[in-house]
Amino acid sequence: MNDVAAATLVQAAARAAPRVPVLEVADLSVEFRTRSGTVRALDGVSLQVHRGECLGVVGESGSGKSVTAYAVMRLLDPAARITGGRITFGGMDMLGAGDADLADLRGRELSMIFQNPRASLNPIRPVGTQIADVLLRHGGVTRAQAPARAAALLAEVGIPDPERRARAYPFELSGGMCQRVGIALALACRPALLIADEPTTGLDVTTQAVIMDLVLGLARARGMATVLITHDLGLATEYCDSIAVMHAGHVVETAPTAALFATPRHPYTARLIGATPRPGLALGDLASIAGSLPDLRREDLPACRFLDRCERARPDCAAAPLPRRTEAARMVACRYPL
Amino acid sequence: MNGAPLLEVAALQKRFPIGGGGLLARRAPGLLHAVEDVSFTLRAGETLGLVGESGCGKSTLARLLARLLDPSGGSIRLRGEEIGGVAAQRFGASPRRADIQMVFQDAEGSINPRHTAFEAIARPLRRLRGLAGPALHGKVTATAALCGLPAELLPRFPHQLSGGQKARVGIARAVATEPALLVLDEPTSALDVSVQVLILDLLKALQARTGAACIFVSHDLNVVRLLCDRVLVMYLGRVVEEGPAEDLFTAPAHPYTRALVGAVSVPGRPRAAERVRLAGEPRSPIDPDPNACRFHGRCPIGQDRCARAAPPVHALPGGRRVACHFPLTDGALAAA
Amino acid sequence: MSAASLAHARHVLSGNPVTALAFGLFALLVGTAILGPALVPFDPIAAAGPALQPPSARHPFGTDAIGRDVFSRVIAATRLDLGMAFAAVAIVFACGTLTGAAAGFFGGWTDRIIGRLADTIMAFPLFVLAMGIVAALGNTVTNIVIATAVVNFPLYVRIARTEASTRRGAGYVEAARLSGYGEAHILFREILPNLLPIMMVQVSLTLGYAILNCAGLSFIGLGVRPPAPEWGIMVAEGASAIISGEWWIALFPGLALMIAVFTFNLLGDGLRDIVDPRRRT
Repeated sequence: MNDVAAATLVQAAARAAPRVPVLEVADLSVEFRTRSGTVRALDGVSLQVHRGECLGVVGESGSGKSVTAYAVMRLLDPAARITGGRITFGGMDMLGAGDADLADLRGRELSMIFQNPRASLNPIRPVGTQIADVLLRHGGVTRAQAPARAAALLAEVGIPDPERRARAYPFELSGGMCQRVGIALALACRPALLIADEPTTGLDVTTQAVIMDLVLGLARARGMATVLITHDLGLATEYCDSIAVMHAGHVVETAPTAALFATPRHPYTARLIGATPRPGLALGDLASIAGSLPDLRREDLPACRFLDRCERARPDCAAAPLPRRTEAARMVACRYPL
Repeated sequence: MNGAPLLEVAALQKRFPIGGGGLLARRAPGLLHAVEDVSFTLRAGETLGLVGESGCGKSTLARLLARLLDPSGGSIRLRGEEIGGVAAQRFGASPRRADIQMVFQDAEGSINPRHTAFEAIARPLRRLRGLAGPALHGKVTATAALCGLPAELLPRFPHQLSGGQKARVGIARAVATEPALLVLDEPTSALDVSVQVLILDLLKALQARTGAACIFVSHDLNVVRLLCDRVLVMYLGRVVEEGPAEDLFTAPAHPYTRALVGAVSVPGRPRAAERVRLAGEPRSPIDPDPNACRFHGRCPIGQDRCARAAPPVHALPGGRRVACHFPLTDGALAAA
Repeated sequence: MSAASLAHARHVLSGNPVTALAFGLFALLVGTAILGPALVPFDPIAAAGPALQPPSARHPFGTDAIGRDVFSRVIAATRLDLGMAFAAVAIVFACGTLTGAAAGFFGGWTDRIIGRLADTIMAFPLFVLAMGIVAALGNTVTNIVIATAVVNFPLYVRIARTEASTRRGAGYVEAARLSGYGEAHILFREILPNLLPIMMVQVSLTLGYAILNCAGLSFIGLGVRPPAPEWGIMVAEGASAIISGEWWIALFPGLALMIAVFTFNLLGDGLRDIVDPRRRT
C-alpha cells in the first residue's frame, strides 16, 4: 500500500470534514424477546468511528459486541427490537431508512467481514462470480468488465494466480484464502465503513497476522473507517486506534489504545487486561474475574451491570442512572473509576 | 525432575491413506504424512507444549500419544514399556489405559448429551478402576471437588452447565484415574480469558498435586509460554524445533518458529515496526518430497540446498534442537 | 432433563396448534384401535340390515352390498390397519436403526455391505417390491407386515447411518475409548441412545406410509382377505359401487385412511420440532 498517498487522503478528508464521524451510534438499546423473558442485550451503547480510523470493540462472549455490529448493519434477528437510540451513518439515519435503501447501502457503503469465511460464501458458485455479482449490483461495472475487476480484487487481497482462483469454489480454498475472498467481497465497492466481526478467529496465528495486516493496510490506504470486533486484546492492541470495552450490553470504557492499557479506568477493563496471558507474566500474576455475566433477563438489573463482580462496588453503584464520564477522548461508565 | 523419563517417543510416524483404496481403484492411494519422525522424551511432572499451524499434525500426535490412533511406525514407551504396538481398539483393555488420559478442546462435545456430569466422571473409574457403589460415589465427588465442581452440579446434564463448568467436568474425567500422562488438546481455546485463567490455574495445581506429565497442545503461544517447561514446534508433521519454552520464544532458532513468535500479538504492547510475515500456504502433506525441507518455499531465508536435501537436526546448547540447514543460531547461542 | 423436555414439548404444542391437533387425533386413533371392536353397534362381518342403504341415523355410514354396517366395519378395521403398520414399523425401526448405526459407526466393509443391501432394495419400485414379497411368501397378515418393513428398511438405514457417522468422531466417543470401553459398548451405549429421538420422528413419518402400504396391498387383493374388516379391502369393495351411486361404501374407509396418514405425518413434523435441538433456546 502507498502509505504517503493514504496519509494525504486521510488528511484531505480531515480538512474537508473536521471530525464528523463516519458512524455514530448514540445511546442504542436492543432487546430480544424470548419465551423465557426479555433479554436486554444492549443498553445505551454509544460509539463513534472516524474516517481512516480503526475502532476495536472488545469483550467476552455475551457482552453484546456482535449484536452491536448486526444492529449497525440492520441485520438483527426478527426477535430483536431496537428500543432506543440513534445510528447515523454518513449523515443518514439508519434506523429510519427503508429496506431498499438499506440493501443499497449494505455492500456498497457499509460492508462486513464475518467470523466463518467459508460459511459466508455461497458454496455452489465460483468465488470470482460472487465478487462479480457484487460489482454488478453496486459497483457500476459492466458485465464485460466484471470478471477482470473481480480478478484484480483477488490480486489486491494477495491471492496468487487470481484468474485461476476466481474460478475456484469455496471448498477448494483454504480457510485463509476464503477469508481473503471475504475481504475482497467486502471491499469490492470501496465502502466507507467496514465491520470485521472476529475476522481471524479460527485461523492460524501466522495467517491471522497476514490477514489483519491486509485488512487494516487496505482500510488505511483508502481512508476507510473500520470496526474490529474481537475477544483478543492482543489483536485489538496491534490494529486499533481506540478501543471500546463492552460488558453485559454496556460500553464500560472507551479510550485510545495506548491509554486504555496504560491507565485502565473501569474496574472491568483492568480485570480483563489482568486476566490475559502475555510474555513476562507468570500464571500467578494473572487473576480471573469473579462471578459471571448477570442474567440480562432480570427485571432488577442494577444500573451498573458489573456491580456483582466488582470488588470496588459501593451501595450507590446500583442506583440509576449509570454515570458516563467523558474527558478528552475517553469515556468511562463508572461512578468510582480507577 | 530427575530419573528415568516417563515417556520416550522415538521416530513416531502416522500416515493416512487418501483416496482410492476401493475394490476397483486403479491407482495406489496417496499417503498423507500427518506425523513424521517425531522423537522426544518427557519426565514426570514436566509440561511439554505442542505448537504449530492447523494441519501440522499436533492433534494427530496428541491422539497417537493418547493411544486413540495407531502409529504407522516408531515407538512409544511409557515407563520403559512399549505401548505403541498395542492396537488402539484393544488398548482399552490394557492396564496402561488408566495411565494416559486426555482432555478435549470441545468440552461440551466430549460429554455425552445424555449423561450427567457425575456419569461422565464415573465412567472411567467404573471401567478402569472397577469402582462401584459408595466407593465410586466418593471418588467421583472427591475428584469433582478437586476440580472445583461443587457436588450440586454433578446431577446436571452438559447443556445445563456453563462453558467453564463443562471444561472442569472434562478435566475431572481425565484426572479421575490419576493418570501419569495427561494429554491436553487446546483445553481453553473455547473459553473467555477470565475463565481461561481459572482453568489454567486448576491444571497447574492438579499437576503439582499428582506429579503427572502433561502434553499441552495449543495455538495460543502466550498460554503455552505460561504453562510449559519445554516446547515442540511442528510444521507439516515434523518437529522443526524443540527447546525450553522461555529460550525458544525469546530466541527462536528456526525461521518458522521466528515467524510464529513474530505473529503473536501481545495485549498492551504496540506493534513492532518490522515483523516477519509468512507468505503463501503450507505445501500439501500428501506424499511430500523426502529430499526437501517441508518449509521450503515459504521460508524467508531458504536457499537451493533446502529444495535438495532434508535438513539435519542440529543440537544447540541448552538442550535445544533445530531441524534447519541455516538455523538462526546467533540469538539462540546468546540465550543459552 | 425430562422436566425441561416436557416444558419444551409444552412450548412447541402451545405455539403450534396443528401439532396439538395431531396429538389429539393420534390419541383418538389409538383409542379406537383398542376399544373400537368392543364399542361398535353391529357385528362387522355379519349383515346388519338391508344391503346398500345410504347413511341414516341407524347406519351413519350406510350398509354395503351384503348389508353389513359400514360404520362398524370402519371402526373395527382400525385395530388391524394400525396393528399391521405398528408391527411393520417396529420391526424396521429395530433392524434398520441397528444396522444403519453399525454401518455409520464402523464404516469400512460393514458400511459397504449394508449400504449395498439398502441400495439394492431402493433399486425396485417399492410398492412393486412389496407386492412381489407378499405374492412370493403368501397372502397373510404376517407377510404384509414383513413386506412393509422391508420396503422401509433403506430409509431407516440411511438416516441412522448418517446420524451415526456424524457422531463417530464425537468427543464423547473418544472419551469412552479413553475410559476403556470397547467399540460394541460405544455403539450401544453412546451412539444409539443419541439416535433414538431422531429415529422416533422417522417412526411417526413412516407410520402413515406403512398404513397406506398395507391398505394398498389389501386393495389389490394381496394380504388381508375378505370378509375381515380392513380399510383397503373396503375401498376395493366399494370402488365398483361408486358408479352405481353407492358412494358411501368406499368413501368412509377412504376417509379413515386419509385421516390416519395425515395424523402420523403431522405428528412426525411436530415431533421433529420437539426433538430438534436447534429449536431449543
